[in-house]
Amino acid sequence: MAKNQNVLKSIPTLTPALNKQRVKPRPFHKRIEQIIGYGFILPTVILLSMFVFYPFLQSVYLSFFMTDPLGNIVGFVGLQNYVDLFTSKEFLGSLKTTFLFAIFTVPTGIFISLLLAVLTHNKLKGMRIFQFIFALPIAMSVGTSSIIWLLLFNPTSGVLNYLLNLVGLESIQWLTDPNWALVSVSMMTIWLSLGLDYIILLAGLQAIPKELYESAKIDGAGSFRIFSKITIPMLSPTIFFVLIISVIQALQAFGQFNILTGGGPMKSTNVFVFSLYQEAFVNFQFGLGSTRAFVLFVIILLFTWIQFKFGEKKVHYQ
Amino acid sequence: MSAHAIRKKKIRLTSLVHYLVLVILAIIVIYPIYFAFSYTFMTPQEVSTATPNFFPNSLYLENIKEVLATTPILRFILNSFIISIAVMIGEIITGSLAAYAFAFVRFKGRNIIFALFLATLMVPSEVTLIPRYLMMQAFGWMDTYQGLIVPHLATVFGIFLLRQFFMQLPKELMEAARMDGAGHLRIFLTIILPLSRPAIGTLGVYSFLNTWNQYLWPLLMTNSEEMRPVQIGITMLQDEEFMSWNIVLAGVTIALIPSLLLLVFGLKQLVAGITAGAVKQ
Repeated sequence: MAKNQNVLKSIPTLTPALNKQRVKPRPFHKRIEQIIGYGFILPTVILLSMFVFYPFLQSVYLSFFMTDPLGNIVGFVGLQNYVDLFTSKEFLGSLKTTFLFAIFTVPTGIFISLLLAVLTHNKLKGMRIFQFIFALPIAMSVGTSSIIWLLLFNPTSGVLNYLLNLVGLESIQWLTDPNWALVSVSMMTIWLSLGLDYIILLAGLQAIPKELYESAKIDGAGSFRIFSKITIPMLSPTIFFVLIISVIQALQAFGQFNILTGGGPMKSTNVFVFSLYQEAFVNFQFGLGSTRAFVLFVIILLFTWIQFKFGEKKVHYQ
Repeated sequence: MSAHAIRKKKIRLTSLVHYLVLVILAIIVIYPIYFAFSYTFMTPQEVSTATPNFFPNSLYLENIKEVLATTPILRFILNSFIISIAVMIGEIITGSLAAYAFAFVRFKGRNIIFALFLATLMVPSEVTLIPRYLMMQAFGWMDTYQGLIVPHLATVFGIFLLRQFFMQLPKELMEAARMDGAGHLRIFLTIILPLSRPAIGTLGVYSFLNTWNQYLWPLLMTNSEEMRPVQIGITMLQDEEFMSWNIVLAGVTIALIPSLLLLVFGLKQLVAGITAGAVKQ
């Protein structure tokens, strides 16, 4: 190589070509490249193996075993845990409650955040303040929000019953009436997840090209027509995306149930993760708990797959 | 009246209605937070009236003083800061290293490993909860900072976010550095990292807020009062029967301040993070 360079240098007309070749950086040494690559991902590989891959396999494994309260395996039971689970009234009830919870929270939450996004997507004065306010719940944790709402739901001195009484309605036992408890937790959850849904939908609105609106206006379309013929179709991938992540979040809800209702009254708010928590960390049935965990994984995988299958092509991430 | 004037009047009326609707909705959305703040500054008499009070009569500071004096809330806050900052720094380090490797380094199995990493996004943390808990018990990490920090030090969301950003950086800069004889480590430290401050900021805000607001994992991991992060500590205050609303809400207010400040100063970063992947754990 060095020899060749000397030869080339001796021919004046070829020097520029040589320089040009030198502009292209030399590739890194192959073995060093391998070492650097593995070295850089090593911390993540170790952490994910320990805290995601291994526990995931262990969870599947445990779901076929009986365990003692310390988590030690007592005996192989095969599919018995799964048979027990799907014949358990408590579990089927909790599945039903979870889906009800998703039905209560997801469509209403998306409708409200869409309304807020549409109302604040314009150049009117003060919109940034409103945008900040509607994004606020994103900063709220499930812990502090639950405490606040626990006091708002208070049957004697809470503000919700005060407002009901003000308009002549009777007080509601928000968290202790089995007919109301799930609705109440749903109200609080809609509020809590409003910030996230709102931010995503507003970003989706902002990504719609302005030219579309302008040409529609020139064609004389009214604002309702513009909304139904341009905004909604253009926004539908984003709405679909919010729909799927909201369903998945509803399936994972735990904190608000643990603080507000403790799964009661009469198991009326015994949602999936709450019942998993009870089984594993109150009854210390880690095997049965893992069975629930695996079922949860399959259900969530199904929704992720739906998102992937039907949403991916159309969703433009900004 | 001319047609023009009528039209102008109509526009003014619709924007008035528009604002009215927005103000009502804003009040509903902000009320729970306002409620916590306002009750923090009310006297016990103001709270115990038959009809709820909406405005404190004065800036009454005794609740704050009492919650600071009678509960370990400062300790809870300190714990939350230690945990959140450690997780944030850890996620930035592991995430940027791995993102760099996936974006710029050629090594065997790169695509398969990346796909495997992305697959973990489909495993919700509740699914792996039980074995992780048993593992922490076996390590003797229950009720320790490492038990609250180490399991969260790597995030695939962070890798994904940073990798996307790295790949958008101008290639010429890297090539120039390579011609100067710079190796991967130097390019990573002196070119990629300084240029990626916006993306790193996004990941930082995101992971701090997520860790600060965590509930289920710290609930399982902490037994003693002095190890509790603020989210768990606060809910335990509420469990104690004798606690009055003002005291509990004074605690809530104190716990809320860091996350609200983060929202005020980091909303832009947060929005960037959400719209990049929209993953909230």
